This record gives sequence, C-alpha cells and structure tokens, in this order.
Amino acid sequence: MHFEQTPAPHAPPLVSVPVVMRRVVFALVPAALCYTWFFGYGLLINFVLVAVGALLTEAAALRLRGRGTRRALRDYSALVTAALLSFALPPLVPYWVPVLGGGIAILLAKQLYGGLGKNLFNPAMVGYVVLLVSFPVEMTQYVPPQMGDIDYRGLSFVEQLDYTFLGHLPAAVDVDALTRATPLDIVKEGVRAGRSVAEIRGGALFGDFGGRGWEWVANLIFLGGLYLLYTGVIRWHIPVAMLAGLLLPASLFSFIDPVHYASPGFHLFSGASMLGAFFIATDPVSAAATVRGRFIYGAGIGLMTYVLRTWGSYPEGLAFAILLMNATVPLIDRYTRPRIYGQR
Amino acid sequence: MGELALIVIAAALVNNLVLVQSLGVCPLFGASGRVETAIGTALVTGLVLTIAAALTHVVERYVLVPLELPYLRLIAFVIVVAVAVRCTDAIAQRSSPLLASLLGVQAPLVTANCAVLGVALLNSTASRSLVAALFYGVGAALGFGLALVLFAGLRERLAHTDVPVPFRGAAIAFVTAGILSLAFLGFAGFARL
Repeated sequence: MHFEQTPAPHAPPLVSVPVVMRRVVFALVPAALCYTWFFGYGLLINFVLVAVGALLTEAAALRLRGRGTRRALRDYSALVTAALLSFALPPLVPYWVPVLGGGIAILLAKQLYGGLGKNLFNPAMVGYVVLLVSFPVEMTQYVPPQMGDIDYRGLSFVEQLDYTFLGHLPAAVDVDALTRATPLDIVKEGVRAGRSVAEIRGGALFGDFGGRGWEWVANLIFLGGLYLLYTGVIRWHIPVAMLAGLLLPASLFSFIDPVHYASPGFHLFSGASMLGAFFIATDPVSAAATVRGRFIYGAGIGLMTYVLRTWGSYPEGLAFAILLMNATVPLIDRYTRPRIYGQR
Repeated sequence: MGELALIVIAAALVNNLVLVQSLGVCPLFGASGRVETAIGTALVTGLVLTIAAALTHVVERYVLVPLELPYLRLIAFVIVVAVAVRCTDAIAQRSSPLLASLLGVQAPLVTANCAVLGVALLNSTASRSLVAALFYGVGAALGFGLALVLFAGLRERLAHTDVPVPFRGAAIAFVTAGILSLAFLGFAGFARL
C-alpha cells in the first residue's frame, strides 16, 4: 500500500479540484434532465461522446508528455468541459462531431498550454467555435421542443442512436423535417426580413420569455448557478456583471425601438445566456483575476454577446464573446491591479 | 457619416488586417513580446498606414490615372510608402523624441510591412474616395493595433503556462493567434449598424 507523506496538519482538504468539478456537474443535472424531457436523448448521447473524446485525448496528451494520467483523469475537469460543450451542441449530430469537439477542446485549448489551470481560452468554447466554423450544416441541426401543440416528430432513444452512429433516419423522415431553427435564429432572420419582434414572438415556438422548452432549461440552469453561488464554487461578480452587460443594452434598444429589438427577457432566457453567465464565463483560469477586472470582464462578455446576437451573422454570439474577452484578460488584469498598501 | 463609421468598423473588426486577412503578421509575432513594445509598434505602424493610405490614393488619382500608367501602381505605391515613413520620421523628430526613437529603429520594418502596402492596394481595388480611403486606413490601423496589443497580452501570459517543449516559442504563439482569429470570426457578417 502506498501512504502519501505530507507535512502536518494531517487533515484532508475540504475543497479540492475534483469536489469543485463534481459540484459543477451536479448543478447541471436538473437542466440536463429538463433538456432531455423536451428535446430528446441527443444531449445525453452527445455528453457521452464528448466525454469519450475529451478523456481519451487528455490521456493521450499526458502520456505523450510522460506524465501520470490517473490524477488528471480523476479530477473531473474534462467532464465539466464535456458537459458544457454538449449543452452547446445541437441534439442531432453525427457521432464524430462531439468526439472531435471534445478532442479539440482538450488538446488545443487545454493540454497544449499545459493542462489544468494553464489555459488561456475557455476549452469548451474553443471546441464549439472550431466545430461551428468547420461544420456549419451539422452544427445547426437543432430540434424543436416536444410539446403537445408543436407539430413535430420526436426520435426515440434507439432512433437517435441509429442516426448518431449510422446516419439512418426512420423511413420517410428527412433531416430537414426533424430540425427547426432556434428561437434566436428565428428572431434574427425575422427582423432581417422586416417582420416585427412582436409578430415573431407570437409564433408557436415562443413562450413567455424565450423559446418554449428553452426557457425552462434556462431557468434550471439559473437554479444550478444559484447552487454554485451558495456552495462557494463561483463568486457573484462575473454572473451579475455579465447579465447586467447583456440586459442594459437589451433594455435600452428594446425601449427605444421595440419593433426591431427583442426584449431583455428574451435575451435573458434564450440561447446560452444563463449557461454562459454562471458556468462558462466563471471559469477561474481564463477569467480576470482582480475584482474590478471581473466586473469589466463580465460586462464585456454580456455586451459583446448582445452586439453579436443583434448585428452579427451567427445567431448566438456568446462563444465568440467569451473568446474575445478571454483575449483581453491579460490586459484587464494588468490595468486593474490593486494598489499595493503603502504605495502612492 | 454612418457609412464612414461602417467602413472603420469593417476595417477594424470584420476584416481585421492581421487576424482575418493575414496581412502584417510579421510584427504580430516580432513585436509582441511585451505590451509596451506592441503599443509602440501599433502606434507607429498605424500612423504610417493612415498617411500612406491618403498619399497612395492621391498618387493614383492624380498621377497614375491621368498618365494612364496603372501597371506602375505597385512600384509607385512602394515608393510612396517609403516616402510616408520618411515623412512620419520627420514629423516625429520635430514633435516627439519618443516616437522618433521608436520609429527610427523600426523604419525598415514598417516600410516592408505588408499591411501598409496591402491597405493601399485594397483601397485602390475598391476604388474608394479619398475620405473613404482615409477612414479605411484609420480603421485598419485601429484593428492592427487591437490585434497586436491583445496578442502581446496573451504572449506575456504564456510565460506562466506549461507548454510542452516541442511547442514552446513560435508554435504556441501561432496556435494562440489562430484561436484569436477564430474569436474575431464572430464579427463576420457585421453588415449593418
């Protein structure tokens, strides 16, 4: 038996990396179950595939560097990346998309910079952007929620597996028949085509705030975020700053011109706003370190998300906003350095 | 007015010289060791870029076209860029010794910077008016500076990472620049304001 020698006090840590990572994954479980209820089993299958890609890549990278794989694989950090990336991916993707995404996220954005705690950019977002840019068709295969009055044919578990691994769809069903645009996409295209926001929001896919089904998932992610705040995994500065950065311009523009700009409530509960605010932007390694810096960083993400959602060509701007603000973090940290006590 | 603002934003973000159009990549890797160096290089190159954009437009409009010498465009622009660097150097000597010392060291580098010549040629291809060409130069300079300063910050932070030995130095810098370019792809299609 191997007993590790450590200096006194011989007390186990209350909080360690695996504990923190596990809490993050737990916080996502309710939202994942809700997502599966509304949108089918795609999320769970994607999670397994991304996790496989991520863990294999991490093991291979560590083995190539001559480092032990056991501790790194046991610290659940790859699983957190997998969970976040699988939330971002559409449910109907072929198996190689999530596997590739997981591999690229871990290899390019994490292991290449030295592993846990050394990444400059958020790995899940790097993986998502690479996939989005490389495979635009597959990355837009989103499905509508399975609610009674929406005319949609959902896939069973076996049918989903069949499509993911073999590319077969049930007879007389086409990919185009199964997929719909996301609410963010519908609003953007609708406004570009000249329709008013109120008109678009009356459609069957829209609920009280965001898209139907999607807003439920966003609510549960918000609760998960509150759990993380309560257990001290994240601090409140970045989520509050990001949501403020998103809501202030949204309120301003929709107050001035409600016909062309969606309401702040829509922005809050659509897309990955909640996920980004509580789970993605709060990644401590790629976020700003100082308190003032965190406010600037969070507000910048929120602002960029709104700008890219409203005027960019991609429907969801969060991933790009996060990568852009990650790039500005070294400068933010440098210019918001706290004053050293005694220095003028 | 709105159109000019759009030109500046398009030049700075959507078609960022360094990250999207891959022009002027040498200073990106050469002058981005520290943030101060990057800011200095960005200022100097930006100034020369704007002046060169205006001068090359004037040369093309009033010399090359009336004399029907479009095939001399490339040579003429190179000469104009060299002249612009000398002009900026002269201005800098009179006004700011700091700028003069920065430029003095980097004058050959800025002259050979493909971003400066690239902006001139892009303006010519797009047949912009003098004002539009000038604003495009300003936007390109801003975008160039932004990319350079961001990248310098990232490179400074790379010192605290644990990059595998085969990737240290240029390789990881290229990967980082690649991810930064991916981030800037979010601005694609920023057609309307």
